[in-house]
This record gives sequence, structure tokens and C-alpha cells, in this order.
Amino acid sequence: MIAASRRVACVEIGGIPIALSTCDEGFLDLLRHRYDGFLSSSRPEFELEFDLTSTGPASDDDVRVRREGDDWLLERGDFHARWDPRTGRGSVRQNANPYSLDSVLRILHSLILAQRGGFLLHAASAICDGRAYLFSGVSGAGKTTMTRLAPPDITLLTDEISYLRPNADGYSAFGTPFAGELARAGENCTAPVSALFFLEQGPENRVDELSSAEAVRSLMRNILFFAEDQGLVEKLLATACEFVARVPIRRLTFYPDARVWNEVRNLARDFAGNLLEVPEHA
Amino acid sequence: MPETCIYIARSSAIAARALAGEMMVMNSADSTFFTLNEVATVIFQAADGHTPLREIVRDHVCEQFDIDPEQAQADAEQFVAELSGHGILLVSSQPLASETP
Repeated sequence: MIAASRRVACVEIGGIPIALSTCDEGFLDLLRHRYDGFLSSSRPEFELEFDLTSTGPASDDDVRVRREGDDWLLERGDFHARWDPRTGRGSVRQNANPYSLDSVLRILHSLILAQRGGFLLHAASAICDGRAYLFSGVSGAGKTTMTRLAPPDITLLTDEISYLRPNADGYSAFGTPFAGELARAGENCTAPVSALFFLEQGPENRVDELSSAEAVRSLMRNILFFAEDQGLVEKLLATACEFVARVPIRRLTFYPDARVWNEVRNLARDFAGNLLEVPEHA
Repeated sequence: MPETCIYIARSSAIAARALAGEMMVMNSADSTFFTLNEVATVIFQAADGHTPLREIVRDHVCEQFDIDPEQAQADAEQFVAELSGHGILLVSSQPLASETP
């Protein structure tokens, strides 16, 4: 019996190339199409082998991410994955549902990022005048609205899941293919983070300071993290505190029209003029 | 009738960080996140497993904050019950070995 040959697409999100392989031509087409703009010829750092099986439909059932020996097990009704962080290799059993594929990739990136001092955040992000701005909040807070209101010279990184990694001066935000209501992938580019806003909608535009504790609390509520692992949880909390100490964080109450971006641009100028100062809430 | 002693210890399955007078606590089992106010932080930090809660309240809480001792004890017991329900604190009528280093 001859094993079916695997075809590979390398998907690079956040500067981390992951080889996704499958024997199924249709699935390969699906992931190439879904991650178009994030396909890469870089040497993969990690590998995932996909095998298609009949599983439950993509669901919001509780996901479980836990250790079994050295491996990570990622489980939900619609997928079962095993990944060995020592070899960087893993396998996934799921059906051909793109939402399951997105979920597996997001969880894998969240595990990799947690070790590297980064994280995925429920936030829209966009580049304005060379620097990235993050707009976070629960569903309905206005993430997609902010991206819809963005002027044409703004580069959209995502309207749903922001990708953050530490750099020498602070943090960088990267574009992701993980789209929310906008149903449009972000641009595959990166910029240093200038500020994070926690969104609320209101009768007028207003920016408020947040205490460090409030900022960490809001940040932790919106970080995507699934692993039942003491070490990673400690790292994540340390990362959140580090982020709050290095990045200006504000509450942005906004009336949903284009003027809110003037407010963001004004703040951008303020932050740019104070780049070397410690954020006020630190 | 002798008073029942309550001993409290921090669970090992948590991550905690103090920031600007508040304690941030995350339970690694279910990723639930809590912030403790100043009084709760004092109790949490003193939860060594072998100091009775009443002593913690008397020597730490009442010492540092202007609170009525009986009210402080009642509030502390409520806070301890709440956090033990979330797996953040372990509670016993006997001394406990604190799970955190």
C-alpha cells in the first residue's frame, strides 16, 4: 500500500511560519485560499499534519488545551490535535471546516506566543502614520465599527484578533487572517504598537486614563488563552503586566462616526511626542 | 464553646502578581481572573496555612486598616469562602501546608 503524498502550504502569521500539510487537494485549496496573503516561502518553524475525519460541526463548545506528557492536546467537538513543542510537530484530526482550522491555528499561536512574551488579543488593530493602534472590547463594543470608520490611509491589521509580540522598544502588532464581522483578512504587515484602547460606545468621543490594575484586568479579560498550565498562566500574567507598563492604555468612549479617528490621530501625535516617557498608568 | 479556627493557604494552581496595591490572581485550571482589593490582598499574602484567619485579621487587617474587628472578621470569612469556591484559597480547620513556594 502506498501512502498518499502530503502537500504543504506554509502559513506565516506574526512572523512565525507554520507548515500545514494534507493529503486532501480540496483542503489544501481551502487553506491556500483562506490564508492567501499569509502564504510564505520561509523555512517553517513548526509543522502540523492535517487528517480529515468526520467530527462534530465547528462549535463554541468549551475548548480544552492541556498537557499530556510533553505534548499539548487541543480538543473541541470539531477537532482533536496533538502538538509536541520540543520537535515543533503536531497532528490534527478535523473535518474540512475552515472555522476549525482557524481555531487550531489560533490556539497553536497562543501557545507559541505565551512562551515568547506575546499574546493574541480580542482587538481590532490598524496602522496609522506608521504605528499600530489596538481597539479591544467584548463583542458589540465596536471593534468592527472602528475598522469600518477608518479613513482610507489606515492599514487594517484585523477587525477581531490582534497579534502582539515584544520587540526591543515595546510591542509590535501584526496583521492576521482572523476576521470578525468585517469578513476580511487583515494586511500581512507589522508596526510598533502606539496605544491600546478599550472601547465603549457613547454619545460623544472621550478618552479616559485607566489605572494599572484596571488596565491589566481589562487586558486579561480579552487575551485569548486556553491552556490549563501553571507555568504558562504565570508567564501570561507577567506578560500582561509588562505590556501595561510599556504601552499607553486608555478607555475610548466613542460615538460611531468618522470623527473618532480624529481623536485617535490627535492622541497618536501626543504619544509620538512622548515616546520616551513612561506611560502615565505605569 | 471553643472558637473554631480557620486556616487558609494559597493554592498552587494560581499565578499572582501585585500591581499598584492590588493583587491580580489567575487560576490556571480554568483561566478565571480576579483582582483583590487592598484588604483582600493583605489576607491573601498572609495565607500561609498555619496562621489562623482570626490572627491574620487581628495582626494584619486591623493593624493596617481602620476597620471594626468583628466586621473585618465577617468580611474576611466571606472573602475566604468566595476565593476557596474558585479554587484560589484552600481552607481547613487544621493547619495546612501552603502550596505556594
